[in-house]
Amino acid sequence: MNGLQVNLQRRINGFALDIEWHIGNELAVLFGFSGAGKSMTLHLISGLMRPDKGRVSLDDVVYFDSDASIDLPPQKRPFGYVFQDLALFPHMTVWKNILYGGAFLAREEKLTAALDMIRAFKLGGLEERYPLEISGGQKQRVAIARALIRQPKLLLLDEPFSALDRPLRLEMRKFLREVRDQFNIPVLLVTHDFEEAEAISDKIIIYEHGRIAQIGSPEEVHRMPASLYVSGLLTQNSPIE
Amino acid sequence: MDDAILFSVILSLRVATISTVLIIVVGIPVAYFLARRDFFGKELIDVFFTLPLVLPPTVTGYYLVVLFGRNGTIGKLMYDWTGWSIMFTWYAAVLASFIVALPLMIKTTRAALESVDKSLIKASYTLGHTEFDTLVSVILPLAKRGIVAGSALSFARAMGEFGATLMLAGNLPGRTDTMPIAIYSRTSGGEWMTAQYMVILMTVLSGIFLYIANRYARRII
Repeated sequence: MNGLQVNLQRRINGFALDIEWHIGNELAVLFGFSGAGKSMTLHLISGLMRPDKGRVSLDDVVYFDSDASIDLPPQKRPFGYVFQDLALFPHMTVWKNILYGGAFLAREEKLTAALDMIRAFKLGGLEERYPLEISGGQKQRVAIARALIRQPKLLLLDEPFSALDRPLRLEMRKFLREVRDQFNIPVLLVTHDFEEAEAISDKIIIYEHGRIAQIGSPEEVHRMPASLYVSGLLTQNSPIE
Repeated sequence: MDDAILFSVILSLRVATISTVLIIVVGIPVAYFLARRDFFGKELIDVFFTLPLVLPPTVTGYYLVVLFGRNGTIGKLMYDWTGWSIMFTWYAAVLASFIVALPLMIKTTRAALESVDKSLIKASYTLGHTEFDTLVSVILPLAKRGIVAGSALSFARAMGEFGATLMLAGNLPGRTDTMPIAIYSRTSGGEWMTAQYMVILMTVLSGIFLYIANRYARRII
């Protein structure tokens, strides 16, 4: 089956994650309140954390399968990852940060790809600046460019816009849609902002305490909330714990 | 400066330089494993490497004699094999300085490595870089100040090493008398002026290295 197929089970410090879902070549949002297991899911998909049991495959290539003892390290998984705090290397310039993402391309190819990224992400003129010397929105673009330079087959984003003010957040949402259309790969965005989830996604996966509360398009979720928990989200009320 | 003093100054600098190089080579990997790996007995290993920092140098010296003396566990093997013993040579001064100053490097470097933001390390892995690549390109550059501070502290400590050195290398004028040992000899022999001269030199040199260590250490915090 095409797309990202995920089945994960993991227990840690009294919290249990047990989920199974699939996304196609689309922009999907993983939604839930803090502690629902969203970031943990990205860590498990990317190989930064090991599931107790489960399977992760993308376009029929298996990256993790507990039954078949397959567990590729994060380095061998062609997934771009944008962290919540962006994780730009403070001792590298914008140019070096982006190049670092493409370290495994051939030299000529790497330079061309980095120049393409600078152009596509409107970072011209900032190449020699350090992360501390650029704005929040520019940092976001560098982080996404760095994750995409090696042409991953999937892009994972962990609440990258949460620290931005509202106008910039709206701009970055639009930008992310354009990026998805341009690179044409599945994108999985984690957020705890339901408005953001509705505005940006083709598919919403809603988590509730480590389990799936509902999966569907924004319209479906709106029309038929699967539970009180989900309808609570629609009215922007924090659900009853 | 008389020849004997000059000899002691040069010997001390040589001993401190060589032991600091060894400390850097050994200290960084040990600090890295302590900072980045979780394994059973990790804190015991930390205690083992840190003990010379708190033990009287004579106790550390005693252990070293037991290990490296001509009849010691390792020393006997070395002597039987090569006919050479490290005891009462300036190499013994290097060994003593190395063991006594190593904890300063490990402690400072471990703290610096642990202070590197974990998400930067994870980001490097997801960008396809191996653990070693990540160490060289991300972790070490970001922990650089702590490593420099640790090296400067270790150098200063190695320069000042006395107790363990005396037990292992002895006090052989013109062979193993580093500055601290020469100061001890001169003072015992009533040569106050020479001793004073070396004391001032020792204080100034150690002060310079502590200043360097402080400058770097302050910036990592």
